[in-house]
Amino acid sequence: MEALKDKLESSFLVFENELNGHSNKYIHKTRQEAFKVFEKQGFPTKRDEEWKYTNLKPILKQDFKVFHRGENTIDFKDVRRYFLSDVDSYKLVFIDGKFSSWLSETTHEKFDICTFGSMLEKYPEVADKYFNKALPQNESLAAINTALASEGAFIRIKKNQTVEKPVQLIYFTSEQEQGAMQQPRNLIVLEENSEVKITERHQSLSSHDVFTNSATEIFVEKHARLHYYKVQNDSKQASIIDNTSVKQYSRSVVNMGTFSFGGKLVRNNLNFFLEEEYTETYMDGISLIGDGQLVDHHTLADHKMPNCYSNETYKGIYDGNAKGVFNGKVMVHPHAQKTNAFQQNNNILLTDKASIDTKPQLEIFADDVQCSHGCTIGQLDEDAMFYLQTRGIPAKEAKALLLYAFANDGLRNIKIAELRKKLNKVIASKLGVDLDFEL
Amino acid sequence: MLKINDLHASIEGNEILKGINLEIKPGEVHAIMGPNGSGKSTLSSVVAGREEYEVSKGTIDFEGEDLLDLDPEERAHKGIFLSFQYPIEIPGVSVTNFLKTAINETRKAKGEEAMPANIMLKKMREKMALLEMDKGFLSRSLNEGFSGGEKKRNEIFQMAMLEPKLAILDETDSGLDIDALRIVANGVNKLKSKDNAVLLITHYQRLLDYIVPDYVHVLYNGRIVKSGGKDLALQLEEKGYDWIKEEMAI
Repeated sequence: MEALKDKLESSFLVFENELNGHSNKYIHKTRQEAFKVFEKQGFPTKRDEEWKYTNLKPILKQDFKVFHRGENTIDFKDVRRYFLSDVDSYKLVFIDGKFSSWLSETTHEKFDICTFGSMLEKYPEVADKYFNKALPQNESLAAINTALASEGAFIRIKKNQTVEKPVQLIYFTSEQEQGAMQQPRNLIVLEENSEVKITERHQSLSSHDVFTNSATEIFVEKHARLHYYKVQNDSKQASIIDNTSVKQYSRSVVNMGTFSFGGKLVRNNLNFFLEEEYTETYMDGISLIGDGQLVDHHTLADHKMPNCYSNETYKGIYDGNAKGVFNGKVMVHPHAQKTNAFQQNNNILLTDKASIDTKPQLEIFADDVQCSHGCTIGQLDEDAMFYLQTRGIPAKEAKALLLYAFANDGLRNIKIAELRKKLNKVIASKLGVDLDFEL
Repeated sequence: MLKINDLHASIEGNEILKGINLEIKPGEVHAIMGPNGSGKSTLSSVVAGREEYEVSKGTIDFEGEDLLDLDPEERAHKGIFLSFQYPIEIPGVSVTNFLKTAINETRKAKGEEAMPANIMLKKMREKMALLEMDKGFLSRSLNEGFSGGEKKRNEIFQMAMLEPKLAILDETDSGLDIDALRIVANGVNKLKSKDNAVLLITHYQRLLDYIVPDYVHVLYNGRIVKSGGKDLALQLEEKGYDWIKEEMAI
């Protein structure tokens, strides 16, 4: 555990030397401060309240390559299945932390869909304005990403622009010699009254363990609309900690979907800071996992201003000895009157060995608000199973239909038809059936 | 078609069926009547294959095959259909998707190709017209928010789509007003043929005015204690079940 920390610390020193003279003052200072946070706190342990149910230790014990030097290539035909391929889209593809222009499709015309690295070079004023302004400053995992931030996506949609084509962000790990740690860094800015749809996925092509500590900062300015979907369906040897923080301004709307099917350990730290009035936030999620898997959702809806609306629906299905964690924090500050905040976390445990720790955490300091939350944990409904079976639907298919019906609320805000189809297929294949769920 | 021989079944150690004998031939309509708690619904659940019931003795033979070893879906594939007394609400599964899955899984089990979507839709429209159903039904979640009458009509609609050889209608008349009852009964009558059979399970005689049985059986305390023609139902209606109980006591 200490070994990985040491390794990251010495990497930082090397990284800083290499940056010498290339980085502006604000960025440089921010990295150094972030590095200090990480140096002081180290990786979180189970003693941390926020990490009580999710143990990073087994992952941190491994020897990961943290600096990726060479440029690796992969053939599109080998990775085609990880893309939404039936739809025209912009693509930002990274292989072992490096941008792959070959697999990508970028633009600078009406809006910027390019890389974090080029943003640092081309638009230092953007970095000054936004870098590390949304992520919490005191979290060590976000901090080490900040300290070492070098590559990832940069998306800036200018005022009044609507991006018709979806943007796909895909991060491959192809390292074949040893386990690898990845730390992509994304910055997404939606200027006033702009709109964009984004999908994100991380995919290991390696036979070794992969540990991704990703950080994404998103700024959604007034009247802007963002639709963002994370597809977490990585190999069983890959783990991810996803640190995503969103700042929303007046009357902006964000749909955030997190669909978790794969991976060994998946931790989502998803924060929404509602900075101005009349924002709308939808957080949806489906977790469908089995033996040896853990998915942990830690969400925050920080209602700082009056008249904001947040709505959160997470569905979980746990098979084998799978483990789920849900912690939904809703903070309503004293003058955030007329806040509407809803939260729901429903779970089905398919076996006696599967478990879920679910905790709504509402901290309300205003009096004229509507907040509600509900968690349920249940099993498959035997009466419904029998009903479907008497109609000739075999047990496995009946179970899949019922589970899909249970979970599909989580898909309600998907604005990319292709993605919805793809997720339906993933769900069917995870449930071992060949059914077309949608009509 | 269906031969039940000395059937004993229990749930959680309580014996509910205590030796049922019943034979149903193609083209026949049978009615099983009886007071509450006599085992009527248990009988239909056991024939349909509900696992909670333990069959301790006896056989159920359907077209020469022992049913007791089969899963509920396999029984459905053989042509057994159970219309539920209380159809289950399944939010998130549309009536269309449900029926499509049911029909195609049944066809798959028989080694047949999936039914083409246009043919299925045409068939759905026909059967809905027969049951005077609104086409909005198809896109609604299965039974969710349906009135009692809509649920029962939906059961008969499913039966019409699945075309079973033996339809067991468990208290299909309960919760129906007289118009809905007429529509449902009319649907059942139109689907009847010399090759299929219907087993009606009912507490009241009312349904039998609309679907006229060839045989009426009285189930009491886990046994069929009396069988007769449709007149038996009228007698029960007139006198209630007490006289049967008295006869039994002798």
